[in-house]
Amino acid sequence: MSDKVKFTVKDLDLFYGNFQALKKINMSIEQGKITAFIGPSGCGKSTFLKTLNRMNDLIEGVKIEGEVTLDGVDIYKDFDAIMLRSRVGMVFQQPNPFPMSIYDNVAYGPRIHGVKKKSALDEIVEKSLRQAAIWDEVKDKLKKSALAVSGGQQQRVCIARTLAIEPEVILMDEPTSALDPISTIKIEDLATELKKQYTIIIVTHNMQQAGRISDKTAFFLTGEVIEYGDTEQIFNKPVNKKTEDYITGRFG
Amino acid sequence: MRQTFLAQLEELNNDVIKMGSILELSMNEMIGALYEKDIEKAKKIIDRDDEIDLLEQHIERECVNIIAKQQPLASDLRKITSIMKIITDIERIADQCADISEYIIKLSKYPQMEEPKSLELMIEAMKKMVINTIDSFVEADLEKAKAVIEADDEVDNDFEKITDELSLTMQNKPELVPQCVCYLMIIKYLERMADHATNIAEWITYIVTGDLTVG
Repeated sequence: MSDKVKFTVKDLDLFYGNFQALKKINMSIEQGKITAFIGPSGCGKSTFLKTLNRMNDLIEGVKIEGEVTLDGVDIYKDFDAIMLRSRVGMVFQQPNPFPMSIYDNVAYGPRIHGVKKKSALDEIVEKSLRQAAIWDEVKDKLKKSALAVSGGQQQRVCIARTLAIEPEVILMDEPTSALDPISTIKIEDLATELKKQYTIIIVTHNMQQAGRISDKTAFFLTGEVIEYGDTEQIFNKPVNKKTEDYITGRFG
Repeated sequence: MRQTFLAQLEELNNDVIKMGSILELSMNEMIGALYEKDIEKAKKIIDRDDEIDLLEQHIERECVNIIAKQQPLASDLRKITSIMKIITDIERIADQCADISEYIIKLSKYPQMEEPKSLELMIEAMKKMVINTIDSFVEADLEKAKAVIEADDEVDNDFEKITDELSLTMQNKPELVPQCVCYLMIIKYLERMADHATNIAEWITYIVTGDLTVG
C-alpha cells in the first residue's frame, strides 16, 4: 500500500460546553495502515476517533472547529453524515450485535442501502463473515441469534456487519477490551489482515496491542497529540519525555 | 508509578555494577600478577571467574523475568536488552583475565625475558577503556563511552607493534620462543578485552540515545 493520506486533520478543536476536549489536533492518517491512538483515560483519543465519522454530532453541546478531510473532502461541510458513515465504519468496545440473527445483523446495512435480492445478500453475508474470520464458526447457525455466540464471536460478527457496507475506513474503539486473550489475538490478526483493503484506526488502552498491530501510533494527553510517529519509533525511542513516561509506566 | 518494576530495574542495575566491580578487581590483579609474575595471584583470578559466570546467569534470568512479567518499553527495553548483551561482554573480559592468568603461570616456568616494550602502554590503554566502560554505564555518560570507542585503535596499534617486536625476538633469540609465544597469547587477549569494552560502550550509547550503531 502507498503512503496515500486518507484523513487530514487541521487545527481541530472540540468543546463539550466550556470544556475543551481536543486542542489543535493536526494529523495525517495514511491509507492501508493501522493507526493506534494511545493515552490515559480522558485524554481525548476516543473523542478524536469519533470526530472521524461524526459520531459527536449527536452529543448536545459539542462544538467542533477546524477541518477534517477524507480523501480531500471536508467531512463536516461537504458530507452527509449517513454517507460518511457508509465509508467510515465503526466497531465499539462492547460487542453490540442487534437482537436478531447473525445473518440479519450482517445483512442489515446492505438492506438499508437498498440491496433486496436474496442471492446478493447471501453473497455479501458470506463474504463479510469470511473477511471477519468467523464464517467457519457460524456458517451452520446463521439463523441463530447473534447474541447466542461468545463475546469474541459477537465482536467478529460486528466487524462483519461493518464490512458488509464496504467501508474504506474502520474505526475501532477498544475493540478487544471486553474479550479474552484468544479472542483478542483473533481480532488483532483480523485487523492485520484487513489493513490490506481498509484503513484501520484503533483506540486501545492495551499498549502492547498497539505495539503488536499498528504501523503508526499517536500518543494523546489532555486533549493534545503529544507525539505521532511510526510505532517502532514510538515504542523504542520516543522523542517526547511525556510519551516516554507514559509508555514506560512512570506516569501519575 | 510501577514501584515493583522500578525496584527490579534498580536491582538489575546494581547487579551489573557489582559484576563490573568484580571484573575491575580481577583485571587489576591480573595486571599486577603479570608485572610481578605472581602465580598465587594468577590462580586466585582463575578461581574467581566462576563468581562472574554465576552473576551473569543470575542477571540474564532477571532480564528474561522482567521482559516476561513487566513488558518493558522504550528506554527500559533498551536498557534491559543492552544489559543482556553487556554482561556477555563483561563475562568475556573476565574470561580473558583468567586466560591471561594461565599464561602468567606458564611464563613463570621459563627463564624471565625482558617484557615487550609497549606492553605497559597497551595494558594501561586497555585498563582505562574497561574502567571508563564501567563508569559510563554507572553514570550513563556518553562522553566516556565515546572515549572508549575511540581508544580501541590505540590498543590495536600497540598489539601490532608488540607482535612485530616479538617476531623479531623469536628470530634473533630462538631460545626465547616459548616466552614470546606466551606474550603473543597475552597481548591477543588484551586486544580482545579492549574489543569487548568497545562493544559495551556501544551498547551504553544505545541505552542513552536509542541509536543502534553496534557493529
